[in-house]
Amino acid sequence: MTSCESTATYTAKDFKSEVKPVWCPGCGDYAVLSSITKAFADLGLAPHQTSVVSGIGCSSRIPAYTNTYGIHSIHGRALAVGQGLKLGRPDLTVLVAGGDGDGFSIGGNHFLHACRRNVDITYIVMDNRVYGMTKGQPSPTTESDWDASAMAPPGGTGMTPFHPLAIALASGANFIARGFSGDPNGTAQIIAEAIKHPGFSFVAIMSPCITFREEQRDWKNTMRNVNIEPTTDPAQAARRLMTDDGFNCGILYRGDRPAYGKEKKATNAVSDLDREFTL
Amino acid sequence: MTAANMFLDAAAEAGYYALFGRSSGPQIRGGEAAALVRLGVEPITSVDDTFDIMLAIDWQGVQRFAAELPLSKNSLVICDPSAGDVPEVYVKTGAKIVHLHMKDLAKEIPGGRPNMIALGAVAELIGIPVGPLTEVLGKSLKKKRADAYEASVAGVKAGAAAAATLGGSKRLAAAKAKDAKRWTVTGNYGAGLGAIRGGVRFCAAYPITPATEVLEYLASALPKVGGVFVQAEDELASINMCLGASYGGEASITSTAGPGLSLMTEGLGLAVASETPVVVVDVQRVGPSTGIATKCEQSDLNIAVYGLHGDAPHLVVAPNSVGDCIFTTQWGVYLAESLQTACLVMSDQALGQSRAIIDAPADVAFVGKRLAAVAPAEGEVFKRYANTASGISPMPIPGQPGCQYTSDGLEHTETGTPSSQSSDHTLQLDKRQRKLTNFDYGNHWATIEGEGDIAVITWGSCTGAAREAVERARADGVKAKLISLRLISPIRPQHMADALKGVKKILVVEQSHQGQFTRYLRGEYDLPAKPESLSRSGPLPMRPGEIHARLLSMGK
Ligand SMILES: Cc1ncc(C[n+]2csc(CCOP(=O)(O)OP(=O)(O)O)c2C)c(N)n1
Ligand code: SF4
Repeated sequence: MTSCESTATYTAKDFKSEVKPVWCPGCGDYAVLSSITKAFADLGLAPHQTSVVSGIGCSSRIPAYTNTYGIHSIHGRALAVGQGLKLGRPDLTVLVAGGDGDGFSIGGNHFLHACRRNVDITYIVMDNRVYGMTKGQPSPTTESDWDASAMAPPGGTGMTPFHPLAIALASGANFIARGFSGDPNGTAQIIAEAIKHPGFSFVAIMSPCITFREEQRDWKNTMRNVNIEPTTDPAQAARRLMTDDGFNCGILYRGDRPAYGKEKKATNAVSDLDREFTL
Repeated sequence: MTAANMFLDAAAEAGYYALFGRSSGPQIRGGEAAALVRLGVEPITSVDDTFDIMLAIDWQGVQRFAAELPLSKNSLVICDPSAGDVPEVYVKTGAKIVHLHMKDLAKEIPGGRPNMIALGAVAELIGIPVGPLTEVLGKSLKKKRADAYEASVAGVKAGAAAAATLGGSKRLAAAKAKDAKRWTVTGNYGAGLGAIRGGVRFCAAYPITPATEVLEYLASALPKVGGVFVQAEDELASINMCLGASYGGEASITSTAGPGLSLMTEGLGLAVASETPVVVVDVQRVGPSTGIATKCEQSDLNIAVYGLHGDAPHLVVAPNSVGDCIFTTQWGVYLAESLQTACLVMSDQALGQSRAIIDAPADVAFVGKRLAAVAPAEGEVFKRYANTASGISPMPIPGQPGCQYTSDGLEHTETGTPSSQSSDHTLQLDKRQRKLTNFDYGNHWATIEGEGDIAVITWGSCTGAAREAVERARADGVKAKLISLRLISPIRPQHMADALKGVKKILVVEQSHQGQFTRYLRGEYDLPAKPESLSRSGPLPMRPGEIHARLLSMGK
């Protein structure tokens, strides 16, 4: 976590912008926005020292709704943008946020490498198992038999859903958690823990798309807070995740790999570089 | 290659200028390779029509280089008789063939190697004294391996002695004594240095031939000046990491070649729309697709200028010599930072991978600086994309209180709020175009040399050959003017009109099968005459003779 120089304390409201969300009434993403702003405030951060970076999708609209240094970039590239920002400016708190389509489909390769690289950022995926913004196509986390989409074949895609948490573990992620937008306070706590954790932390937040997957309204009955002690043992975490039904919330794994990136320190003047070329 | 590098160092030591290009087959390491060197007493920016001396240690795969190693009946071929017969393609050139027993001579020296015999022989033939040679050997070997140093010096001396009896010397005019103000640099390392001089402190990149040396340089040099280098997982990550770092206030660069540039175009669009400075050095190779990775063409021009979706005004600049890679990259950083947009630096393989002895480049004052933002008064909103007269809006750096905003690739209002209204779109498009059109690029937009009623317009690595052709034509009484564009986009209509005053004929010289540059000039500029186009594909470098011949026929 980045220390905060400012003595002023900010409330969650200070981290919200005046811009009115385009989200459908009832979308889970409203609560995720509240959890993020609450986590920032709880950590004593200042708006000008925080950044929210996203790709493209309904969920990726989130930076504009925060009063931080936001970047609303392009589809699938949020993690690259966020890692670049953090490596260039290690003093900032960088949170990357987006959807399951953005993060695991078009952005899948960056997800694997962000887990491996372990830059000190927090990645939040608002998982609704569907492409909301482009109107309801199956995403990598969609159940294989879900066929209520114009783009899904009868009987569903037949493809095994992506398991973001297990893949994060296998790729070397250092902090793995699941939250639920129906529990904004619990989720705010998880986000705060994730931000504090050094290195790359990954938080999947189940966030219903009530427009294209109305049945997800039922998640409030199925999601459960497991309240388990986060394991530091990857083998135990793997067992936990491979037997996971997708409804367990909490911090599931905490690794201790050191974060990527060296301290930036100039040892030479630019003119010193000329010497290599002079005869 | 080792011997050729030493040869170049010795020539530099003796006071010569030089240009050293390399050509290799598709092998990863080892295998056949040719070192192509041209020396002179004046700076050299072009290959010549033919080579005076070809020294072949063996003939392995050498036929494949025939087109790249043009010889004439005035040339001299030196070869070891033990390597077998001289291939027919070289015999047919009519060059004089002489034998040098490199392998045998090397055997007489404990630890001796044929390439050192060759080095001594070539140096002797063109008049580079043994002094500078042993000096160079000393620098690279003496400390590490005294025995290797002794053997190399003996080899060089034996080679020189043997060559003295060969006849057919090709002595160069005497050079001025070694000047302390000379540099030896490759275009790719030069681009890296230029970037750092311009203020770059962040690079994320993915390796690709022939751009990788830009990255190798930055990977080692950036940390020394407090910067950061990251090897990204692909070009999509490279450009977007650069955008993140740049948003954070760090001047950022990445380097790639054609296929990587294609992958970066969406990110470049984000740079344009969100007004985030970023520089991409594209070291052009032969395309399309993976084409010929190790050789030169100038056929990425279309994608550089027109490859972005939407109306996306951005900067395209091009270095026109190995040494100019330093200046143009530095200038590109300065422009990108000043104008808050993407700048493509269109280098090419012939510039990037050639090593040259040049006069030390001037230390110019172009260091990228963004227009700083001021926090708005209480109760007022900060307008990140303010519609200023210059088109340049103040840009805050994260950490600055009161200027929080969301950088957006979505069309937006002046405050950065997403908007789908036509008035906001037109306003922002006008602003992004205006800042580029109205900027004062000074006289760096082109290199202009000579006078005449014919103008040769060219760019990139073709510039050297065009320059030499113009000089030769002048000696024949045909007066032509050289215009090599450094600022490819945006266009400079008034500057071009001034440069073309009194010009009656135009010859456009470029290395592209489709004549991309010719089309670009005809499409964008009002030219006083329909240009003739000397345009052909790579990978053979443009030679002065081809252009000279065209100029003579145009001058009739
Ligand atoms: C390169 C590219 N391809 C496709 C799109 C279209 N697109 C926009 S959002 C989106 C999917 C978003 O889904 P998800 O990330 O799950 O976010 P949600 O809208 O569900 O929050 C797609 C395919 C795009 N913007 N860019
Ligand atoms: S479409 Fe779905 S994800 Fe998008 S805003 Fe509406 S409810 Fe939310």
